[in-house]
Amino acid sequence: MTTRMVGAPVARSEDPRLLRGEGRFLDDLGHDAYQVAILRSPHAHARILDIDVTDALEVDGLIAIHTFEDLPPRLQQPMPLLIPHPALTAGRTQYVLADGEVNHVGEAILMVVATDRYAAEDAVERITVDYEVLPAVVGPENALAAAQFVHEEIPDNVAAHLQQTIGDAPRAIAAAPHTLEFRLDIERSASTPMETRGTYARWDADDRRLRLYTSTQAPTSVRAAVASFLELPLAQVECIAPDIGGGFGVKIMHPWPEEILVPWVARELGHDIKFVEDRREHFISSNHERAQVQWITVGFDDAGRVLGLDVRFIHDHGAYIPYGLIVPIITSTQLIGPYKLENYRVTFDSVYTNTVPVTPYRGAGRPQGCFAMERTIDRIARHLGLDRTQVRGVNFLQPEELPYDFGLTFQDGRPYCYDSGDFPASLAMLKTLIDWDGFEQRRAAAAAQGRIIGIGMAAYVEGTGVGPYEGGHVLVEPGGKVQVATGLSTQGQGHQTAFAQIVADQLGVAFEDVEVVTGDTRRFQYAVGTFASRAAVMSGNAIHLAAVKVREKALKLASDALEVDVEDLELAEGRVRVVGSPDTSIDLKVLATLSNPLRYAFDDSARIATQFATPADPDAPPVGDDEAPGLEATDYYSPVRSTFANGMHAVEVEIDPETSDIRILDYAVVHDCGNLLNPTIVKGQVLGGVAQGVGGALYERMAYDDHGQLQNASFMDFLIPYATEVPAVRIDHLETPSPLNPLGIKGAGEAGVIPTSAAIAAAIEDATGIVIDAMPISPSQLHERRLARPVTAGEGTP
Amino acid sequence: MSTTDHAATATTSPGGTPSGTDVEVVVTVNGVPRSATVPARRLLSDFLRHDLRLTGTHVGCEHGVCGACTVLLDGAPVRSCLAFAVSIHGREITTIEGLAADDGTLHPVQQAFQDEHGLQCGYCTPGFVMSACGFLADEPAPDDQTIREGMSGNLCRCTGYAGILAAVKQAAGALRTTGADPRAKHDPAAGGQR
Repeated sequence: MTTRMVGAPVARSEDPRLLRGEGRFLDDLGHDAYQVAILRSPHAHARILDIDVTDALEVDGLIAIHTFEDLPPRLQQPMPLLIPHPALTAGRTQYVLADGEVNHVGEAILMVVATDRYAAEDAVERITVDYEVLPAVVGPENALAAAQFVHEEIPDNVAAHLQQTIGDAPRAIAAAPHTLEFRLDIERSASTPMETRGTYARWDADDRRLRLYTSTQAPTSVRAAVASFLELPLAQVECIAPDIGGGFGVKIMHPWPEEILVPWVARELGHDIKFVEDRREHFISSNHERAQVQWITVGFDDAGRVLGLDVRFIHDHGAYIPYGLIVPIITSTQLIGPYKLENYRVTFDSVYTNTVPVTPYRGAGRPQGCFAMERTIDRIARHLGLDRTQVRGVNFLQPEELPYDFGLTFQDGRPYCYDSGDFPASLAMLKTLIDWDGFEQRRAAAAAQGRIIGIGMAAYVEGTGVGPYEGGHVLVEPGGKVQVATGLSTQGQGHQTAFAQIVADQLGVAFEDVEVVTGDTRRFQYAVGTFASRAAVMSGNAIHLAAVKVREKALKLASDALEVDVEDLELAEGRVRVVGSPDTSIDLKVLATLSNPLRYAFDDSARIATQFATPADPDAPPVGDDEAPGLEATDYYSPVRSTFANGMHAVEVEIDPETSDIRILDYAVVHDCGNLLNPTIVKGQVLGGVAQGVGGALYERMAYDDHGQLQNASFMDFLIPYATEVPAVRIDHLETPSPLNPLGIKGAGEAGVIPTSAAIAAAIEDATGIVIDAMPISPSQLHERRLARPVTAGEGTP
Repeated sequence: MSTTDHAATATTSPGGTPSGTDVEVVVTVNGVPRSATVPARRLLSDFLRHDLRLTGTHVGCEHGVCGACTVLLDGAPVRSCLAFAVSIHGREITTIEGLAADDGTLHPVQQAFQDEHGLQCGYCTPGFVMSACGFLADEPAPDDQTIREGMSGNLCRCTGYAGILAAVKQAAGALRTTGADPRAKHDPAAGGQR
């Protein structure tokens, strides 16, 4: 095995199964399970006065109906506040079923169990609920104005107020030669994976064991939460994340009400139970993200150097705050991007509204932060009449200044410290890739044809691979297969392939002989989860460390068996062999057999490990004090802090002079995620992120009316891009390895989505001369802005 | 009960309300005659997935927008979430399970999706593959723009579509070389023809 797998564009081993229709997604399991339908609130804010189920009782196939009052005491407690924070002084979470009050359209009120989903929905339709409708709080500014309350006991609608500072921003701004003040708006969007949420539970009454399948990004934590709510020992709860049809953050939220209710009912009824969300339910009961209003004040010098930046924003976290302050903290810190900010103050209020709760969606607060910073840089350039790339250049942290500790606290409670990167080099690559300097010629040529085009760019830094840890287990079986397990789960990132590449290299085995399992607590029970672009960094390095241990063990076993020094041995082609004499070797699978001293020769290959098969030291124990049977190892990777990836996007757009239709002509990405484990997979992650970014920039908004009704809760009306809306994207990689982990890698999962809105806003602004201060922007919105401006303002020559 | 009769019987079985009528549906799926007695309101997608247990067809929106549930009905792509099972009685369906060869060898469209990294989570993939098979039967030599438009009836949230478009292009070339019907089960021995 001389071909190195890590770094090679290895075809994904997941694919054939998925392509043949042999995937095992949540709703592909449990055909005989009873099905759940949830009665959800039609009101954004209401008291529940009465529930009448009489008519539902006649429905054929009805098994059970449960309201809050039917639940045992433990299930009547609020759901967990997953990430507490000292500033989160008024945290509220929902109940698995509403306790007399609902706070958003879609909140779960009652659970119906029936023989199939059709019957369960029939029963839901026949149940009557009497509500006292209360005034709804919609929109971040209304929340802060606090004319109405989401939760009666929180009269300012504020869950948390947090400020972080570097230096003295107000003073630096006051002393600066130039200042600008402006407001930015980012609307709500959501992950909307193609597979909705689902949970399937099997209670084995004989073993008193629960097996839970759920479409989660955090199976170990779901398991722990379910064990806690059901008051079961952990040992009696298994949680498995099967194939998951996309996550993008929404499935890191847990436990969902149904993740508690379904296993509870399975145990109550002694029957398999399944819940699968439909698409409308996903829009109104699975979490959203993005919505912020930002106010920015910046002071800068004649070169465009930022001397002080003061940012205040309202973060709309919806009706509850189960995921704590993670999103606004990420916005607060990651806003800085690749720039050296010595005077910075950021303040946010995280406010309640009567809308679906907000928890991370791919990017998790970064797109909003990037929008703030990059729009600021563009404003400075416009004010001074300077090239936008030049203003970025004077503000960049230089490579020799890294690692750079800003003196802020990041989302993991650790120092906000950039470990690696070369921002000037990335910018130079981007300018070449998009031909930035040649754009004015293209603009002039287009203008001569009556066409309006513009160019924009945006840069970001992304803290990835946050802790606390992940683990990996690597086992060589006597049959020759290598079994690998890690606890976090997979939603399409190709972990099975990438992790097998790492192990194949370490053990010198064929890639095809490495089998990877993720997200199954039966195989690995300690894990954190898949989020924050952390799976490759965390589990990749943990599996690497475990494989190194297995390698060392194999070398020692081979050294004993072949009576050759370890230094003279190498692992290749599934064997340990003598360097320079490859014919003197021993198969790894034989070592696996020998590593486990046997009494019983259960098959022919096992005979060599039995007690009379080989001479052994009669005075030494068969398994030594520092040894364990089996050619296997477990290890963990736990970094002191996050590793920071970065990148820059540039985009050219064309605006239709008549209709203001916005068309993307060219899109270029320079991306630095350190060493690439599998360039094909990384490219796929970036392209997918850009597509979501295009959606966020031009199409996707959660359209709530003043009453808190989501008016576009379908794919008919919430527009996610089709192939016709996503441009061809060109990518160049800069690889500055992370010094923080053995593989030198940084996360890549979220990158593509972060700067897209900012870059597209910049390009539209450049094309039209109209300042773009809110995203997404539709052609009709842009057209109104173009019609409203003074006739003297020219287009195509900003 | 005859397999050609479109017979209905009164019932009180689960899921039968409120229509109260079960119907025997007989169809040919992936070349094999299949039948099941189901409520009249059973969606084709649920019929395939839960009655026939062909779970390769996925449901993404249940309102005909995302295309994840696309199957071939008498050779033409349809959204199985928008059809009732009873409405396809006596007709021929091809699902994702009906494309690979008996030994598991991938169909040229499936192979192209792997080669071009046309899938990540794999949830929308069966719908895309079936749409591509239908599209390539109509457009055996599409240019890039035709492919983009031809594949614009399906949503993918993972890939950004680049790999999917490249895969359809590759598959078009492979199928032209062998002359195989893109909608037919792959037959490696016949050079893809059947």
